[in-house]
Amino acid sequence: MNIVVCLKQVPGTTEVKIDPQTNTLIREGILNILNPFDAYALEEGVRLKERCGGRVTAISMGPPQAEEMLREAISLGADEAVLLSDKAFAGADTLATSYTLARAIEKLGQTDLIICGRQTFDGDTGQVGPELAEMLGLPFVAYVSKIEDINKGMHLQRMVEEGHEIIELPLPAVITVVKEINVPRLPSLRGLAKAKSAPIPVWTAEELAIDMDKVGLKGSATRVVKVFSPQRVNRGEILQGEPEEQVKNLISKLGDAGIV
Amino acid sequence: MGILIDLDKCNGCGNCIEVCPFGLLELVDDKVQVKEGCNFCRACQEACTYDAILIEAAVEEVEVSDLHRGVWVFAEQRNGKIKGVAYELLSKGRELADTLNAELSAVCFGHNVAEASELTGYGADKVYLVDAPIIKGFEEDLYTAKFVELICQYRPEIVLAGATPMGRSFMPRVAARLRTGLTADCTGLEIDLGRRLLLQTRPTFGGNIMATIICSSKRPQMATVRPRVFKKNTPDKERKGQVIKLDFERGGITSKIKLLDFIEDLTERVKLEDTDIIVSGGRGLGKAENFHLLEELANVMGAALGSSRPPVDEGWIPYSHQVGQTGKTVCPKLYIACGISGAVQHLAGMQTSEIIIAINDDPNAPIFEVATYGIVGDLFKVVPMLIARLKGR
Amino acid sequence: MEYFLTEEQKTVRDLARKIAEERILPLRAELDEREEFPWDIIRQLASSDLFRIFIPEEYEGLGGGCLELCLAVEELSRACSGVAITYAASALGALSILEYGTEEQKRRRLPDIASGKSLAAFALTEATAGSDAGAIKTTATEKEGGYVLNGTKQFITNGGEAEIYTVIALTDKERGARGASAFLVEKDTPGFSFGEKEKKMGIRASSTRELIFRNCFILKENLLGKEGMGFIIALRVLDRSRPGVAAQAVGIAQGALEAATDYARQRIQFEHPIISIQAVQHMLADMAIEVEAARALVYSVARTIDSGAKSITEEAAMAKVFASDVAMRVTTNAVQVFGGAGYIRDYPIEKMMRDAKITQIYEGTNQVLRNVIASELRKRRSRQE
Repeated sequence: MNIVVCLKQVPGTTEVKIDPQTNTLIREGILNILNPFDAYALEEGVRLKERCGGRVTAISMGPPQAEEMLREAISLGADEAVLLSDKAFAGADTLATSYTLARAIEKLGQTDLIICGRQTFDGDTGQVGPELAEMLGLPFVAYVSKIEDINKGMHLQRMVEEGHEIIELPLPAVITVVKEINVPRLPSLRGLAKAKSAPIPVWTAEELAIDMDKVGLKGSATRVVKVFSPQRVNRGEILQGEPEEQVKNLISKLGDAGIV
Repeated sequence: MGILIDLDKCNGCGNCIEVCPFGLLELVDDKVQVKEGCNFCRACQEACTYDAILIEAAVEEVEVSDLHRGVWVFAEQRNGKIKGVAYELLSKGRELADTLNAELSAVCFGHNVAEASELTGYGADKVYLVDAPIIKGFEEDLYTAKFVELICQYRPEIVLAGATPMGRSFMPRVAARLRTGLTADCTGLEIDLGRRLLLQTRPTFGGNIMATIICSSKRPQMATVRPRVFKKNTPDKERKGQVIKLDFERGGITSKIKLLDFIEDLTERVKLEDTDIIVSGGRGLGKAENFHLLEELANVMGAALGSSRPPVDEGWIPYSHQVGQTGKTVCPKLYIACGISGAVQHLAGMQTSEIIIAINDDPNAPIFEVATYGIVGDLFKVVPMLIARLKGR
Repeated sequence: MEYFLTEEQKTVRDLARKIAEERILPLRAELDEREEFPWDIIRQLASSDLFRIFIPEEYEGLGGGCLELCLAVEELSRACSGVAITYAASALGALSILEYGTEEQKRRRLPDIASGKSLAAFALTEATAGSDAGAIKTTATEKEGGYVLNGTKQFITNGGEAEIYTVIALTDKERGARGASAFLVEKDTPGFSFGEKEKKMGIRASSTRELIFRNCFILKENLLGKEGMGFIIALRVLDRSRPGVAAQAVGIAQGALEAATDYARQRIQFEHPIISIQAVQHMLADMAIEVEAARALVYSVARTIDSGAKSITEEAAMAKVFASDVAMRVTTNAVQVFGGAGYIRDYPIEKMMRDAKITQIYEGTNQVLRNVIASELRKRRSRQE
């Protein structure tokens, strides 16, 4: 089974703030990490490989420093990794990103399953998985919480609001996984040794023979026009006094509001 | 597309460095350099008084024309019942359509959806009802194909859908097939009438940053919106609209995935979205057993039990109770936060509640910033007193 | 302190630390409270290749030595020495096969121990034979191409959880200690069963049980080394594994020192953090000195073993005695720094004190090991005369 796992390098914390003086993102001291949601995708890919044989290829679109994250993916069980990096890819929205990933996956050759995390930690859109499926013309299932059986197709559990659906999915296909699916392992010594020396090819737009109008900002349908800190106005009142008094006061206020 | 610094003109004043929202500019040898990741937002160009920043403009092939008119809301249903988010989106969609002086339509897929005619009461001028037994459940491949077909046929300029598991799964496929933009999880929608643009505002970085996004060159402009973000209007029973029944002809469309079974999760019965009062607990509870205290309070008040993320991560309470960025968005009349510090991710899911009560022993906890009434104190003292007094009434 | 570790050794240490912090720390209180065997953690150690580091490459290991093992044990022990000893006991079991097994025995067992699929264990102690190991009563009687084992082993770490046991039994009762032999016994062998899990003071995540042999027949090929070599094997193997116990002690002490320092920095009395009180400062300083000295000795002994030195009885005993005495003192004083809070099970420090105690007792009590060291001293002086 040839498995491709799509990964993204993200800031290690979402606790970013906008400097009120300069109106810019404060990025100091923030380390980049493997998108936590993608760790479940990688782990599931490695587990499937251990179950059915095959190879796991990790791919990521990002700046050159994302190579470090791909090495981590190898230490966690990926057999190989490819970085898609080019100035032309900058500013991509989910449409342009999924297009670029799709071209790279086609270049990789025969692929049976593509696994993505449910969403990224920074952008939070969860759109690249389904858009990628569409770009590749493959069937797609989101929010997979369990892979039950693999024969010709796969039997999966999909998390929906009211419970779980059992779905049969023919391969090749694209899935996104939720954190309930597994507990990602930590690296292995052999993996770390392999990661240190593994070649990580960098594919540029030229190598992908890609339509330049469809990548990066140029290929993006959406554009960010403004970023700002969420406004929060303190409308509240802190109730004073001993607990007994606070509670009494609170209940009378709720009574006034017609709630109790 | 690209950004270039004209080194002859740049004098290293650093004005642009301060305004870059992504912190991507730096001074190297008294000249500005651009790091990877530029979004070409032009903030630096505006700040530069020496015209030293050149941004090669993207050719904006505007495929926008008068042919695209109208606002659409995808009205999601399950088991014949239309989800609340559809009504919320119609209420908001009405506002947008009025601004644009355009029609508002609801699109509903299913079989024997009795409530479909009620959609007009919430503002829809037209209801496109695709009624067929084979799309009774969520047949994602069929939904995608049919929805794309309808969009191509009727050419709406705006398409809105709930950011539910269904919407988040199939809307991106529709957008990708149409090669148009889609903005996920919007919390604000406005119209720029001059350009007939939908200004889509959404939280990013776990709610720490808000971003406003446009889709200027493609149509339709598509967005998903989380349930309970917009208020649902009171339906106007008198309001008339047109229900247009459409057939679902399978034609060449096949569903590659097969739904074999559905297992209802009993803990998912907690309908946090539909309740008036929520009693919610956080890390301050300390351990799983202490949720019993909140359960008692919830029982006395006829409330549902919620949670912030830490108790769920610790396994004290199932995920279905989680309120916040990665859980549910709620908007009850009363939200009681006990031992919840109020991380932005949690606030993102509950701050539109009508009345918020915060009980926490840390006076600096951010939850007090959104609380209508705050009690700084030990929840293990305050909550039992509250229970006792409420019982006594 | 600079210990001149190689890149590979640093990788082992860092990975063991990562596992300890991410997977062991969140669970240690629960594992201790419930006396629960940490299978999930053991599987993580296995998938991270940590069971490979003490096994040569030809048996699917990574070919590390005593120092690598010590680094891993120390880091695991810093979080929970109940987990660390489970891991180290498998190394002890493997060591006997590694040192005395035939090629066939090594090929058959070591790869599974290296992958972590099987845990190993080592069984010498009996009810009547603690420090007086020569008093064992378990017998192995030769019969039709094999041996029949009878008797009961006591306090066996990994008992009931391990797949492969190295068991010392008498093949010739008349010859006493010289009549003992070592055998490999698999878990599911008929006639081999386990006693109840012991309720221990510390290292409660680990499993300690009796091994009960009732007419347990094993094939001749399960004899390790030659008949009569049982005690030699036991003594040699324990010599080589003692630095592991010492590393366990260093890890406990390090964990206690860190916890005590953190506590002293945040605990306010008389309007100041107690770390500003000189009495507390001196306690912490003494603890730090002792921990570092113990570590230096342990690493040196481990390196001596890895250099191929033949006679290491004395050095290994010194490392074990010194480090375990340090662990006991440091954890006791750490509880003292914590004051009343240190006596409460909500804090991890009293567990460390309970865990430390066993390092002075098992794999040779510190009293017996002092005898060993003294007798070596005496022998050496007399040789020099």
